[in-house]
Amino acid sequence: MTSMLESYAAVTGEDVIRHLQQLSRSLQGKTVVHVNSTRLGGGVAEILEKMVPLGRELGIDMRWEVITGDSEFYQCTKSLHNAIQGNQIGIPEAQLNHFREVNEQNANQLRPILEEADFVFIHDPQPAALLQYCKGRKGKWIWRCHIDASHPYRRPWRFIEQFVRGYDASIFSLPQFVQPMPHPSYIISPSIDPLSDKNIDLPQEELDSVRGHFGIDPDAPMIVQVSRFDRFKDPVGVIEAYKMAKCYIPNLQMVLAGGSATDDPEGEAVLNEVRCAAGDDPSIKILLLPPDAHRTINALQRLADIVLQKSTKEGFGLTVTEALWKGKPVIGGDTGGIRLQVINFHTGFLVNTPEGASLRIRYLLNQRQKMEEMGVKGKAFVRENFLLTRQLREHLTLMVALQHHANDRIEVSG
Amino acid sequence: MNAANDQTQTDIPRFVFKDCALIAIATHKRAATLKEFRDHIETLSPDSLYYHFWGNLLLPHFEEAEYINDFASWVRHSLHDTKLAEQLAVLDPTFYNNPEDLRYRLLEYIDDRLEESEYLQWSQASQRFQFIRSQIVVFESRTSVATPQEMVEMIPLLSANSIFYHFIDSRRRTESNIDDFRQWLGFFGETYRPLIDQLSKIDPYFITLTQLRQQLATTFQNYITEAVS
Repeated sequence: MTSMLESYAAVTGEDVIRHLQQLSRSLQGKTVVHVNSTRLGGGVAEILEKMVPLGRELGIDMRWEVITGDSEFYQCTKSLHNAIQGNQIGIPEAQLNHFREVNEQNANQLRPILEEADFVFIHDPQPAALLQYCKGRKGKWIWRCHIDASHPYRRPWRFIEQFVRGYDASIFSLPQFVQPMPHPSYIISPSIDPLSDKNIDLPQEELDSVRGHFGIDPDAPMIVQVSRFDRFKDPVGVIEAYKMAKCYIPNLQMVLAGGSATDDPEGEAVLNEVRCAAGDDPSIKILLLPPDAHRTINALQRLADIVLQKSTKEGFGLTVTEALWKGKPVIGGDTGGIRLQVINFHTGFLVNTPEGASLRIRYLLNQRQKMEEMGVKGKAFVRENFLLTRQLREHLTLMVALQHHANDRIEVSG
Repeated sequence: MNAANDQTQTDIPRFVFKDCALIAIATHKRAATLKEFRDHIETLSPDSLYYHFWGNLLLPHFEEAEYINDFASWVRHSLHDTKLAEQLAVLDPTFYNNPEDLRYRLLEYIDDRLEESEYLQWSQASQRFQFIRSQIVVFESRTSVATPQEMVEMIPLLSANSIFYHFIDSRRRTESNIDDFRQWLGFFGETYRPLIDQLSKIDPYFITLTQLRQQLATTFQNYITEAVS
């Protein structure tokens, strides 16, 4: 076993790693290419950063390519992203044409790699049209949709769908996110990497240093929400919940820590709304962190008493997974993948309003024993279900299944 | 039973360990009412039926879930009908010889409830039920044993998925709908009858695969230890 596999075995158990090794036998030497639109920021990049080297350790020629585009392209893909999640956004024809052009330019760059690969995983809408420009492809192409496509705004969805229908399979994070496709739609939850800077255990000195750096009072309870400054994450609703709870818990403090990604042009506008809502309350810290501030985010989640993810729309909600892994109870919006992770009275609470969030903040801060129990359960839940090794196992299973023409039962010899 | 007796039986096949991985696929069948739910169950593939009873063991789920199977859970949490939820929750797929018998019982409970409650004829669920099917990939683990004594050493080393394959999935592969361990011990004639009887008492429905592995290991270990002494 290599040192990387040994490191994962220490967290997940050796049988999990042995299982991956067995499953990857029939994929030895195969070329697998993952394509997305950013190398930094966002859950997709974080997973690929570790999944690709881990796949290589298992004997698979796994690579990661990133498409490039200008601000007009990212404006378009942000609109597509929001429209697939149900926002009624009209996208100008010129922008859609530019989307095609950028995909074609990237296809020209990547064509030799993509057409030769045995498996190509295209992540999210941004590079979805690459398939159209790789006519000589030899392998299986899989579209990985990380967002909730259950109720898309129809016109932009039809635009993306025309590209996606030609794939050999798609992957959605939850059954309820799926749009009917003419190919198999696999259900694979995303995951977190327990050994990444964002999730690894941190020494107490580092926690103390982060606490001091941001002026956090060690003796006062703290709630934290970590997410991009995006309206679907409802940061303004979190501030409302905090203000209501603070009437009962006067020393309550809150951190809203938002990363930014290179493919998210909307963040600044939302950040301004959040600053306006927070006013001059010194107990609210609004932090705009760089995309590589993983250890800082890790520390903030560990310093929190409660982690919030009060989204009104959510893909899977990996920030919830991260918080549970750190033994924190989570108050999450009753939507998307948060529902799969936050189990009322077991790992946290699902809420629909700032009022609901405020009530649960008060409840938990008055039930310290309950918080600890939830923390223990949450961590065990993530260990069993939402670590990177499980996601990689499902990707390997999918590839083996696609090699065998999608029968219900596939016997692999050797 | 004794070890010498085993070694003379050279015509008995070795127990070859296999492993498996399950992956979920959307069927695009959804139900928002109990009537839609019932109609989908009537035409659901056996594979999908199987997934909703057993898939939770191998795919992400919360172990302290209130209801073991997906059907009961949806009826309770989305249709808010506790009576039918209790009835569906008690259904144990290992009790039925084939998926059609299980489907028949499921439909019987649902039809009775639909007749009984006018409200459930039109009541909309708070979340739709999503029917899923699964693919199972089975592969050889390159290990095998010739005797139950060797099995004692091996069981603790098996992956949870391997336990699923040999103890649960086997019930839809073997002619007599039993686990692979009992099937294999049967090749020894009556020699291991008491061990077969003990294995038949293990109920896999309410425990995790890790707990199941532990119970299997203990059962084999205790039997062999007693036999030796």
